[in-house]
Formats: sequence, C-alpha cells, structure tokens
Amino acid sequence: MMTQDDMKALLSSLFPGVTFEEGTEWLTMSVEPGGWSVITQQLRHHEDLLLDYMFCLTCIDWKVHLQMVYHLTSTRFRHNLVIKSKLDANKPAIGTCSHIWKTALFHEREVYEMFGVRFEGHPDLRLLILPDGWEGRNPMRKDYDDPVNMIRL
Amino acid sequence: MHEVLGTTTEGDLIINVGPQHPATHGVLHLVITLQGETIKTVDPHLGYIHRSIEKMCESLTYRQFIYVTSRMDYLSAHINNHACALCVEKAMQIEVPPRAQYIRVIMDELTRIASHELWWGAMAMDLGAFTPFFHAFRERESINDIMEENCGARLTMNYMVPGGVMADILPNFQQRVKDFIKLYKSKFDEYNEMVTGNVIFQSRMKGVGILKPEDAISYGCTGPTARGSGVSCDVRKYMPYEIYSQVQFDEVLETGCDSFARYMVRVREMNESIRIVEQLIDNIPEGDFQAKTKAVLKLPKGEFYTKVETARGELGVYIVSEGGTTPYRIKFRSPGFSNLSVLEHIARGSKIGDLVAMMGTLDLVIPDIDR
Repeated sequence: MMTQDDMKALLSSLFPGVTFEEGTEWLTMSVEPGGWSVITQQLRHHEDLLLDYMFCLTCIDWKVHLQMVYHLTSTRFRHNLVIKSKLDANKPAIGTCSHIWKTALFHEREVYEMFGVRFEGHPDLRLLILPDGWEGRNPMRKDYDDPVNMIRL
Repeated sequence: MHEVLGTTTEGDLIINVGPQHPATHGVLHLVITLQGETIKTVDPHLGYIHRSIEKMCESLTYRQFIYVTSRMDYLSAHINNHACALCVEKAMQIEVPPRAQYIRVIMDELTRIASHELWWGAMAMDLGAFTPFFHAFRERESINDIMEENCGARLTMNYMVPGGVMADILPNFQQRVKDFIKLYKSKFDEYNEMVTGNVIFQSRMKGVGILKPEDAISYGCTGPTARGSGVSCDVRKYMPYEIYSQVQFDEVLETGCDSFARYMVRVREMNESIRIVEQLIDNIPEGDFQAKTKAVLKLPKGEFYTKVETARGELGVYIVSEGGTTPYRIKFRSPGFSNLSVLEHIARGSKIGDLVAMMGTLDLVIPDIDR
C-alpha cells in the first residue's frame, strides 16, 4: 500500500500538470476535464496503482462552476485516491470513464440527468431515474426552480 | 431501440417486468428483449420511488437528515442511520462512548439478520415455495418485537444520533436477545432442510447468473453479491468502524460465482452475525449512551466520506459542508445502484425463467436504488 506522499510523487511524474489539495483524508488530485480521458487508463492499469474499484462518482454545483468528484480505490493495495475536475457551468462536458470502470455506466447517467453534464463517449447517455420529458431540466442544480415549489432552500 | 411494447425490428419480443410485480420486491420496471425464451437485453427503468432525498437533505439540519435515510434501504434502517451518524461524528470529531458503540453494533447485527431473513423468505417465495416465507417471518418478528420495545418502531427505527443512541436500552434487553439467539439456533437447521438442501432449489440456482470477480469489481458490486464471486470487500474487515476490530467473525467468501454461491454467502452471514451478537451481549459496558453534543450542530468546512457495510453491500455517505447548519451537498452511494447495473451483464443469454433467481440473489431493494 502506497503512502500519500509516494502516490503523490508517482502521479506527479506520470501526469505533469495535475495539482493536489492539502489536508484531506485521502489524496485529492485536480485535473482538467480535457485531461481526464488520458489518465484513466494509467490509473486503472499501472502496476503500482491498480485502482480498479470506483466507489463514488458525483458532481457538486458550486454555482460559478460544477465540480466532478471521483473516488477510486484499489482492491489489491487498499489505497484511495480522490479526483476532482472543474467544469464550466454553462456547457459542462467531460470524457466518460465507463469503458474502464463499468460502474460509471449508471452513475454518469444519473449525473447527466441531475446536473446536465455531457459525458462524451458514453454508449447510452439518457435519463435513468427521471421520467421522460425531463431532458433539459436539471433538478440537483442550485438554481433549479420548480414551479410547484416542493423544496425551498 | 427504446420501445417499451411490441416487437423490435429484428422480430424480438419486448416485455415489461414490473413495475407492479410480486418478484421485483419494490417498483422496478425491467424492459426485456427476448428471442424465444432467451434474454437479449435487460433495461431497468428506475425512478418510480425517487423522492429526491439528496436534494431534501440540503435543507435539513445535521440532526434531521439522518431520519430521512432510514427510508432508503428500509430493511437495514439502523445501518443507514449509523452511517450518517458516523459521518457527522467524523467531521466534528465527536468521541462515542463505549456503551453506545456496543449497543449500535448489536442493533446493526440484529438488523442484518432480520434483513437476510426477509430476503431468504422472499427469495424462496419467488422460486415457488410459500412455506419458508412464514418460517423466516417468525424469526423476524422476534427481532421486530425487540426493536419495538427499545427503539419505538419496527421498520424505520430512528434510534441513532450523532454521538450515540437516542435512549438507553431496557433492562430486559439482554435477556430478550439471548432468548432470540436460542430460538434462532434451534430453527436454523430447518432452513437448510427446506431450501438449501432441496434439489429443486439447487438446480434452479446452480450455474445461473455467473458473475466473474473482475466484472464484480468493475461494476462496483459489493456485499454478498461480490462475496459470492470471491471478492473480499467487507467494510467491517478492511476499514473497521466502531468496535468491529475487536470482535471475532469471519468474512464469508464463496468462489462459485453463481446464484447458489451468493445464496450461501447470505445464509452463512446470518450465522456470523449471531456470533458477533453472542460475543457482545454479555459485555455491554456501563456508562453514557450518548456523548454530550450541542443542540445545533455545525460541521466545519470540508468534505467527509464514511463507509459502512449494510445487508446489501457498501453504503457511502459523502457530505460536503460549507460551515453552516445544513449540508451543501450530500451524496449517498447506495449498494443497490451498482448491484443492479450488473443485472444486464449476467442475464444476457440466459432464459427468462432464470431471471427471477438472479434478481433474488442480487437482493435489490428499490428505494435504495432510487433514493
């Protein structure tokens, strides 16, 4: 199992240009949305990383931008990595990772319908939980206003 | 091709299983494409019980949001509440007193047994046998009675608070639990006689729904679904919380990869839970049942993730806090969501009659998936 510092050094050498956050429980790495598809292959198959289990895929709406958060772990080494990526709030798009971690097939569909993020390369991007007719309306966004006013934040 | 009725252009038949169906255990709508009796694709349509829990929690305080989560996976209601309480305690660095830790773990394990009992009865009923259902509910009723006396409710118990448990256990709790353990042990052989050793069940479940370990990890399956394929993923073992590091129990693994292996994992897990309860029930320490906390909780700015092992798999609670009294974003990583995504993968190519055995051993609870 690699320590946080070892993993930080390895990731910095593999992917120049990524930044890290300080003071988090698990090593947290920030990447550009354009660079995400490039690094997924290495994260999954590099012999010292072997991050084969994605246990959480979600999105946070920070009003000025959206942020994708991926939580990865290795079943072999039991080390964890959190990857974040900032997306433009007006036209959020990022490459898919469902060809590497199949759990993303459902999770990305959920983020697509709730936040409006387009995942390029996803084989079947359509609504999962919301019924037909909700394309274009993204309920989990902070600026979503429901005329029926079920929840007032 | 997203039609929900009729035939496709290749001449395959499209049928709907659900949303009202006795075997789906919840409102799950599967659109299945069949060629004769062979399944070609399975497309789950979710959302019939979507209650926007994640969005709702953004307007509830940290003491209030815990109780909405018992409605997510209502068969492991204690464990869901436990996960949320653990996340808040981790963020505020609250120390839980030992008495509360013991009570919480005993309640969790009793809930796990109750959930597996219901699964066992319902699974046997799906495959055509009605009698095991009543046997399973007889044991489950004993646990529900204990819960009703101590926590006030039978299904959505709302017993955990950040810092401990809401009220102390009754003086007769230990005796009641010991009576239940004795009852369970005397009846357990009936289960094997009726279902596990039955030749019809074995031929309906062996070789059905093969899930290889690499696929289980890639699709994010956890809990007994993955342990039936030999993947070691018990959160109580590799990331122990509360006092799980101090109790002796085995992680149940099977290597069959088929429905029968997943079935055997759950049946053996019931025994392991009884072992844990036996070790703890006589040694509950005296002391406080709740740590002293402020009435209004404010989490520091940051993000916090906790994992627990529910009866279905790994539940993750991810709280993003901006320093206020309500969370900025909560994400519940539910085990059923990922377990359902593997259904198409294992059902493709098999017969329609085997679909019920596969869904039964995946142990899906739809409110957990839809949230």
